[in-house]
Amino acid sequence: MTDRSYRAAPPGALRIELLGELTAIFDRRSMQTHLVVSPMPEILDAMGADQCDAATLASRLAATFDLDGETDAQPILVERLGELAAMGLVERA
Amino acid sequence: MRHSIRIAVGPVQFRIGSDWAEPISALGRLYAGYPQDDALPAEATVRLFAARPWRRWLRPSVHIGGDFIVPDALPLPLSMGLLAAEMGMNLQVALGWRRHMLLHASAVAKDGRAVILSGESGSGKSTLAALLGEGDWRLMGDEFTLIDPEGGDAFAFPRAVSLKNEAIAEVAARVDPVRLGPLLAGTPKGDIRHLIPRPEAIAAMHEPARAALLLFPRFGGEVAIERMGEGEAFVRLTEASTNYVALGEAGFAALTRLVRETPAYGISYPDSATGIALVEQLWAERPR
Repeated sequence: MTDRSYRAAPPGALRIELLGELTAIFDRRSMQTHLVVSPMPEILDAMGADQCDAATLASRLAATFDLDGETDAQPILVERLGELAAMGLVERA
Repeated sequence: MRHSIRIAVGPVQFRIGSDWAEPISALGRLYAGYPQDDALPAEATVRLFAARPWRRWLRPSVHIGGDFIVPDALPLPLSMGLLAAEMGMNLQVALGWRRHMLLHASAVAKDGRAVILSGESGSGKSTLAALLGEGDWRLMGDEFTLIDPEGGDAFAFPRAVSLKNEAIAEVAARVDPVRLGPLLAGTPKGDIRHLIPRPEAIAAMHEPARAALLLFPRFGGEVAIERMGEGEAFVRLTEASTNYVALGEAGFAALTRLVRETPAYGISYPDSATGIALVEQLWAERPR
């Protein structure tokens, strides 16, 4: 799977509220509510302001979380980034 | 409209107009104890009109109209005029109200705190609220509970309780018959009979109450109490709210606060007495 680069939503676009095991995200641009579970909130948190791809994300997340291996995590992150893009929460850079 | 009536239920000022006298006089009897102020602007308008002018006399049937119209709302025979009026009132509030977040839920209150019961039709939420309201609880409403998006308080919408099928006999056995409306047999929702809330509940209808418990009742089956996480309660209440999407971020903020501040439980019960006992138990054990 191609490791594309994505850009996080602009500052202030998302309102993110942790509700136990679920995280509710209100997108002020689309007025839509999204309900996500781990690792989506962690991915959004690690995106930063610049564009980034799954490899960059994997190394950032590995610094905070106990990933089994950065290389194993990458294909999963590619999929999750694609899903976040489909929800409109990140966009292709 | 040839006949009309003004009724205030909670914060909503209704104007109901009809081509016929019967539904209006039936509403007048059910809502005699409610404020009826012609001077205030009406916020929800319900019109019960004849499909065609001549149908007012010939095989009369009632169409429901108002500020919002659901295209497939079925015409009801005139004998169901009261039901048509009730459906119209629900519809206008469900689709048009923006001042509060609207939950399709019943609620009762005690000591300024509310127990909100949310569930599908048939979950028993109306019956439980009606029966609790005959005890030492204030009935806030059997159908809608309003949440103030700013402060987070729950507000009452104590319309006449719509008792259905088995609940009719159960409640009728406990109340003065003058508080019951006519039996509407064989409606699309089964048998229906309205219960006028106790005067104290109507008098206190503007008093807010902070939510103390969120309950999701399920009628039938074994007794069970299941603690529900904030996320699941959030999802269920977005589904139970008729205006969550329309309220935008205000609705999102109100709902996240509600589920964070209020413990939520799913409860299953085989009969009303058990359901009431479960509510009382959770109330007694609630975190303070």
